[in-house]
Amino acid sequence: MIAVVDYKAGNLTSVMKSLRAVGADPTLTDDPAVVLRADKLILPGVGHFAATQFLADRGLAGAIRDRIAAGIPFLGICVGLQWLFAGSTEAPGTPGLAAFPEICEKFAPGKKVPHVGWNSLAIRPASRLFARVPDGSFVYFTHSWRAPVIQATVAVTDYPAPGGRPEPFSAAIEHGNVFGVQFHPEKSGETGLRVLRNFLEWQPC
Amino acid sequence: MLTKRIIACLDVRDGRVVKGVQFVDLVDAGDPAELAARHAAAGADEVVLLDITATHEGRATLLSTVQRTAQRLFVPFTVGGGIRTADEAAAVFDAGADKISINSAALADPALIGAIGSRFGAQAVIVAIDARRTPNRPIEDAEVFVAGGRKPTGRRAVEWAREAEDRGAGEILLTSMDADGTRAGFDCELTAAVSKAVQIPVIASGGAGAAQHFTQVFREGRADAALAASIFHFGIADVRALKEELRHDGIPVRLPC
Repeated sequence: MIAVVDYKAGNLTSVMKSLRAVGADPTLTDDPAVVLRADKLILPGVGHFAATQFLADRGLAGAIRDRIAAGIPFLGICVGLQWLFAGSTEAPGTPGLAAFPEICEKFAPGKKVPHVGWNSLAIRPASRLFARVPDGSFVYFTHSWRAPVIQATVAVTDYPAPGGRPEPFSAAIEHGNVFGVQFHPEKSGETGLRVLRNFLEWQPC
Repeated sequence: MLTKRIIACLDVRDGRVVKGVQFVDLVDAGDPAELAARHAAAGADEVVLLDITATHEGRATLLSTVQRTAQRLFVPFTVGGGIRTADEAAAVFDAGADKISINSAALADPALIGAIGSRFGAQAVIVAIDARRTPNRPIEDAEVFVAGGRKPTGRRAVEWAREAEDRGAGEILLTSMDADGTRAGFDCELTAAVSKAVQIPVIASGGAGAAQHFTQVFREGRADAALAASIFHFGIADVRALKEELRHDGIPVRLPC
């Protein structure tokens, strides 16, 4: 069973629709008991990092942590990726899962924020999420905070100020059974559907 | 590299496309779902559906049209026209829209911007501004109009854009009433004035008649995106052809696979 965790942050219609488009039959849930039975977990998210407080309040964070520890494939999307980190300056009082110790920060001033639109991916070879996705492919972003580039980063996107210094960030991360994408695969055309398919097809050995 | 977005716009009345981007070789040019899918395949970065239905019955049709259009669309999908409350916006999101665009309702009740934004995220709220230059006055005095450009509001476009941003709008969709329908090019001066006044992205609309108009509004107008409507009636085959010309001009665009 593929569980999409609903933490009441925005609209999940597009995520559900795109998962169905690649042949999955996802279950939308805010129930930790359902999360504990899931074979695959997806944590979507558009909105404020503070909304992830719902996960701790409802016992979902613990259930997700247990499933990740049990080796179940997990995909965080947008705020769902940021939640894998220790936290975000967007909501300093709301801790993340801390699978990665770093903190998400707002884009540096001097450019349009949010970062909205189609930007390109510099993809690390042998990434499982990006199997059969050409380096340089474009995907759709909409966010104001970003995760730093870390060891687990498998795709980097740059959002520099006009004529200014580069600001590379983690467009995607992979570590064991934990995956995250900052962009919206459900809104990124064929490339996004391929990423979702790759996640769904990956089996822990 | 972050690319400049080309957004295909469909004007829909009673569930049918009545104006806007159409393909010459399409048998049924009036079906929004079919047209939206075609634009996405040709490389449109987003699709906007503007409902120009006036009747109550037509509004019910809109939700089924949105649902049907969203079903086949895997690029961002914005719906605008006649959304007056957060609950009406919620129904449009439930039907499959990723963003909504509000115009006169936001002017009548600016708190609506935050009300929708706090439920669905700022990225989901586009404030549409129809503006007209004031004769013999600087560009900053361009005025906001409602009711299809017929009714002046006394608000200055640049200031309203700034307020919309402060209230939590994710993007501004700026239509120049002076340029709209002329096919003589976007109002780059107006677009630049608004774009410089806000941090959020600005989508330029009104006046496109040739590929170089897009190049101009991205460069001189500092637009982050541009709406392509009737341009495809006048010699540019589709979004792909437009983007190939833009790439030739050195504008960063995403070409379809």
